[in-house]
Amino acid sequence: MRALDGVSLAIEQGEFFGLLGPNGAGKTTLINVIAGLARADRGAARVLGADVVSDYRRARRLLGVVPQELVFDPFFTVRETLRIQSGYFGLASNDAWIDEVMHHLDLEAKADVNMRALSGGMKRRVLVAQALVHKPPVIVLDEPTAGVDVELRQGLWQFVQRLNRDGHTIVLTTHYLEEAESQCRRIAMLKAGKVVALDTTQNLLATFSGLELQVRGRDGALSRLKLHGYDELEAALERLRRDGVPLHDIELHTPDLEEVFLHLTGKAS
Amino acid sequence: MTGFRTLLVKELLRFWKVSVQTVGAPVLTALLYLVIFAQALEGRVEAYPGVRYTAFLVPGLVMMSVLQNAFANSSSSLIQSKITGNIVFLLLAPLSTLEVFAAYVLAAMARGLVVAAGMFAVTVWFVGLPLVAPLWVLAFCLLGAALAGALGLLAGVYADKIDQLAAVQNFVIMPLTFLSGVFYSIHALPPRWQQVSHANPFFYMVDGFRYGFFGVSDFPPGASLAIVAASFVAVAALGLWLLKTGYKLRT
Repeated sequence: MRALDGVSLAIEQGEFFGLLGPNGAGKTTLINVIAGLARADRGAARVLGADVVSDYRRARRLLGVVPQELVFDPFFTVRETLRIQSGYFGLASNDAWIDEVMHHLDLEAKADVNMRALSGGMKRRVLVAQALVHKPPVIVLDEPTAGVDVELRQGLWQFVQRLNRDGHTIVLTTHYLEEAESQCRRIAMLKAGKVVALDTTQNLLATFSGLELQVRGRDGALSRLKLHGYDELEAALERLRRDGVPLHDIELHTPDLEEVFLHLTGKAS
Repeated sequence: MTGFRTLLVKELLRFWKVSVQTVGAPVLTALLYLVIFAQALEGRVEAYPGVRYTAFLVPGLVMMSVLQNAFANSSSSLIQSKITGNIVFLLLAPLSTLEVFAAYVLAAMARGLVVAAGMFAVTVWFVGLPLVAPLWVLAFCLLGAALAGALGLLAGVYADKIDQLAAVQNFVIMPLTFLSGVFYSIHALPPRWQQVSHANPFFYMVDGFRYGFFGVSDFPPGASLAIVAASFVAVAALGLWLLKTGYKLRT
């Protein structure tokens, strides 16, 4: 089976990039190739110029990955976990930064608690912290909010946005489309291992689905008008008035990624 | 070096944090063997002329425990990391193949040596043991532990499930250690079984280790050491190659 097929894309430094696709599209495989967890039969992946196979040490130092699965080492506390992860990256004394990361992820109270005793949401925060111990310029978040409560989701996005503003490149995979829409500036959509769309979020929304004006008459009949932009709205309303359509309710339906996504992955109704 | 040191310390902590189970239990098991076999066979069996059976038994039991515990340490650590998925943290880190290999094997050796030290500390009170050639003792102890630790690494990388690892432990490691001349001198065996014993790499470790205490052995100790060293080099080469290719660790 071919998990990835001719995928070629370049994520710019400092970008907030989204990787979307249905389950099994190859998102995690692509992440794993970049992280060195999987080996591509052909082709190459580079992190800020460092080849992930031939220059793996540099590539891994430049990359912080938050894995999708909620994994942890039950032998250690939160602080020990973060110290060990720092050590793996060659950082012998990293406590100041560990404290800062714990502070931002609201983990301070759990610093000396064994990983086993943490809730799922807390474990997820530790995973994020582990990915950040070596201050990687590129951060990959693989489905970071799966099974996470609203509060953490908010906090997590604030923190990630801040990292992005500070110059970190963020790569996000998710199948929560509204999340990608609100966070990512540019998006690649994968389907069956292929890139089916690669553009800015704005362009994707504009290209694949315009505005839709939904008008309900007094008799309850619903008519839909496709618009190419907001500037056509006035003309459309004018036309309705001229035609003497009795208006009961109007609704302006703005495009969302879900439509783009369904359109591209061939599931549009 | 920090990465290697961190992994080594982590692996040491991993068994030290549960030392009752990883050190205390094997020491107790070995003592039980000693008490039972000594009670049953003392005065009835003379493996080496002039050597009491209990004294003969102690080095064998120690070496057996070193091998079993070194094997258990690296193999169980790896399989647990694989099953729980936390091996990913190691795979994401910029550690070289050699650093990973050395950290796992050294931690396994440390557990073997701690168990050995525990056993000597307990048995020294009631079993008088000569020490003819301490350097041989040390050499065989270190090399045996290294070989078993490296074998454990192979098994841990290869096994996908705990029961596969348990099968290796119960059907390969246990018989090989039990049949390595821990409880008898292989000269007491029929010639055919003596030959079979020579195919068991663990025999050379036990025999050479024992030579260090009594100055007597079934096989020339220098040749034993060469065989153990060659076995280690072969197993280490295979282990390093598996780690380098990412066999069963990186898809």
